[in-house]
Amino acid sequence: MKVSLFITCLSEMFYQNAAKDVVEVLERLDCEVDFPKGQICCGQPAYNSGYRKDAKKAAKQMIASFEASEYIVTPSGSCAAMFKEYPQLLKDEGEWHERAKKVADKTYEFTQFIVNILKVEDLGATYPAKATYHTSCHMTRLLHEKEAPFRLLKNVRGLELLPLQNNYDCCGFGGTFAVKMAPISEQMVDEKIRHIEESTANVLIAADNGCMMNIKGRIDRKGKAIEVKHIAQILNTRVEGRV
Amino acid sequence: MAMKIGEKPFFDRVDDALEDGFMRNAMAKAQDGLRGRKLNATVGDEQIGDWEEWRSAGEEIRRHTLENLDFYLDQLSENFARQGGHVYFAETAEDATRYIQEVAKKKNAKKITKAKSMVTEEIGLNEALEEIGCEVYETDLAEYILQIDDHDRPSHIVVPSLHKNKEQIRDTFRDKANYTGTSEPRELTAFARSQLRETFMEADIGVTGCNFAVAESGTISLVTNEGNANMVTTFPETQITVMGMERLVPTWNELDVMINLLSRSAVGQKITTYVTNLTPQLEEDSIDAPKEFHLVILDAGRSNALGTEFQSALHCIRCAACVNVCPVYRHIGGHAYGSIYQGPIGAVLSPILGGYEEYGELPYASSLCAACTEACPVKIPLHEHLIKHRENYVEKIGMTGEKMAMKTFGIGVSSPALFKLAVKGMPAVLGPLVKDNSITSGPGPMKLWTSVRKFPAPGKDNFRNWFNDRAKGRE
Repeated sequence: MKVSLFITCLSEMFYQNAAKDVVEVLERLDCEVDFPKGQICCGQPAYNSGYRKDAKKAAKQMIASFEASEYIVTPSGSCAAMFKEYPQLLKDEGEWHERAKKVADKTYEFTQFIVNILKVEDLGATYPAKATYHTSCHMTRLLHEKEAPFRLLKNVRGLELLPLQNNYDCCGFGGTFAVKMAPISEQMVDEKIRHIEESTANVLIAADNGCMMNIKGRIDRKGKAIEVKHIAQILNTRVEGRV
Repeated sequence: MAMKIGEKPFFDRVDDALEDGFMRNAMAKAQDGLRGRKLNATVGDEQIGDWEEWRSAGEEIRRHTLENLDFYLDQLSENFARQGGHVYFAETAEDATRYIQEVAKKKNAKKITKAKSMVTEEIGLNEALEEIGCEVYETDLAEYILQIDDHDRPSHIVVPSLHKNKEQIRDTFRDKANYTGTSEPRELTAFARSQLRETFMEADIGVTGCNFAVAESGTISLVTNEGNANMVTTFPETQITVMGMERLVPTWNELDVMINLLSRSAVGQKITTYVTNLTPQLEEDSIDAPKEFHLVILDAGRSNALGTEFQSALHCIRCAACVNVCPVYRHIGGHAYGSIYQGPIGAVLSPILGGYEEYGELPYASSLCAACTEACPVKIPLHEHLIKHRENYVEKIGMTGEKMAMKTFGIGVSSPALFKLAVKGMPAVLGPLVKDNSITSGPGPMKLWTSVRKFPAPGKDNFRNWFNDRAKGRE
C-alpha cells in the first residue's frame, strides 16, 4: 500500500525520533512510504487565529503536494482534522474545493490508518510500564477517532494502561491559546498533570505533538518525573521478530 | 448593569478568578456533577433511544424556526393578541424597559415578583423598575441569593449562584436578612421560602422570562424546578413575559422535543418538576390567570446574527451544556467573561449582541477543544463560531504583532523552500537558548510560552535528510 507521509511541522522540528518511529512502523506493515517534498504546515495556527487568507495559502500548498497520493497519513489527530477542514475553508475557491475534498477524503491519522485501513491491531510491541493515554480534543471531537489508539495500546506487551480522570478535558494547549491565554492555559495543564499523577502512571502516551509539547513542557518546568511519549514510539519498541 | 459584568479589563478579571480557589473548586465540582447527570439522562438513558437523533431533531427544529422566524413571530403574536394578550416588539433593551416601566406606572405597581430570567438581566430590568420606585423581588432561590447579596451577578445561565457555597449563602442571609440558622441547604431554602411567601401574594406584577413560546397557540412555556414561576404568574393581576425573539417553536410537537433536550442537557432531568404553559385567557372570571398579560419580544442585537454565518448561534436554548463542559469556564468561572452570557455560548453570543469593542477578547478565551460543540443539544458549531469571530476581530480591530507574525507565516507556508529553510535554521536560531535539551526562558513572544512551560529544543537531525538517506540506502 502506498502511503504519503505528512509529518507535521512540530514533528519535523522537534520530535524527529517519533517521526522516524512512524516511518518504521508503517514500513513494517508493508507500506511503501513516500515523503512529498512540497509539504509545509497544515495552516491550522493561522486558521484558528482568524487569519483565513494565510491559512488558505497553506491549504493550497498542501493540497498541491498531496493530491496525487493514495493515502495521506499523519501522526497528529489535530493536523489530520485540519486537512478535513480544507473543503470548508476553500468552499468559495472554485476547483480548489473539489481538490480539497479529494485530499480530505484520503487523510488518516496514524493510528486510525493502522486500525481502520490496514486492519492491524497488534504490532508486536513490548513496553513494560505503567502508562496512561491523553485523548486529544481534535482527534476525538473533530476527527471523531476515539478508539484506534486504545486498540493498538491494548496489544502492547507489558503495558499497563491506567484510566485518566477527566480525560475529556483539554490539556490547555490550543495552539496560540497557550500563549495568548497563558494564565488560563497554565491552570488547565496543571489540572491535567494532577490527574496524570493521580493515575500513578510513569508514562503519558499521546498522539498529538501539540498537546505533548504543552504537557511535557509543564512537567519539565515543575521537575516531575513523568515521561511523555508519542504513541508511535511505544508501538515501535522491542517488536517481536524484528532485527 | 445589563449584560455587562464588572468594569475591569478581561485579564484582570481572569486574574481575580484564578485567585479565587473556592470558586474554582466549586466550578470543577459542579461541572463534574452536571456532566454525570447529563450523561445519565441522555446517552445513558435507554428509554429515549439514540441521543444523537434527538440532537439532530433539535437542530432541525431550531434551524427551521429561525429560517422562518418572521412567519412564526407573526403567528405567535397574532395568537397571543387574539386571546387578549398584549404584544410588544422591542428593538432595543431600552425600548423593552421603557415599555415595562409604562405598564408598571399604569398599574400603579409597587411590588414586582420575578421568576429567573437571563433576558431580564440582559436588559437591566430590575434597575429600570427600581428607578421608577418599584420594589423588585427575585424569587428563584439562586437569584434571590444574588439579589440580597448586594445585587451580585449571575455566574452561570442555569445556576446563577454557582460561585457561592452554602456557608457563604448562610453568611449573606445572616448579614442581609437576619437569618440565624445553619448552613444546611434545607434550612436555608426554608428561610428563603418563608421570606418570599408574603411577597408572592402582595405582588402587583409578575415578571418571567420565556423558555419557549409556542407559535400555534400563543403559549409561553416555562421550565422550572422550584415552583416559584407558578407563584409569580398566578397571584398578581398583571403578568409581563420577556422573551428573546428567537425563543419560539412552531407547535406543541416541537415543544415536546425541545423540553426534553433542554431539561436533560441543562440539569440531567428527564423533565423538570414544573413545566408551566401559560396562554392569555379571554374569560373574565378566570381566577388563576393574570387579567393582563404582556409579551415583550426582544431583539436587542439578535437580528445582527440573522442571515449571517452566526445565525445558528440563535438556535441556543440556554441549557448551558457547553458551559458545563468548557475547560476554560472550569478555571475562570462565569464573572471573568464580563457578560451574563458566559462560557462558549457567552463567548459567541456576547460579541454578537454587544460588539467586539466590549466583548472582543471572549472568542479567544477558548482552546477550541470543541467540547462545547460536542455537548450542544441543538448542534451549534460553537468552536467554529469562535474562529469566525476571531476572523472578524482580526479584520475589524486587528492585532499588530500577531498580524505580522501571521503574514510571515503566510509567506513561509506558500513556499516549500522557505519552509525548509525555516526548519533547517531552527537549531541555529534556538540553539543558543537550549540548556539540558530544552529552553527555559525564551525571548519575545516565546516568553509567554516559557513563562509557564519549557520549550523543546529543536531536534539535532534533519528529518528530511534522514528519510532521503534511508530511501537511497535501499536503492
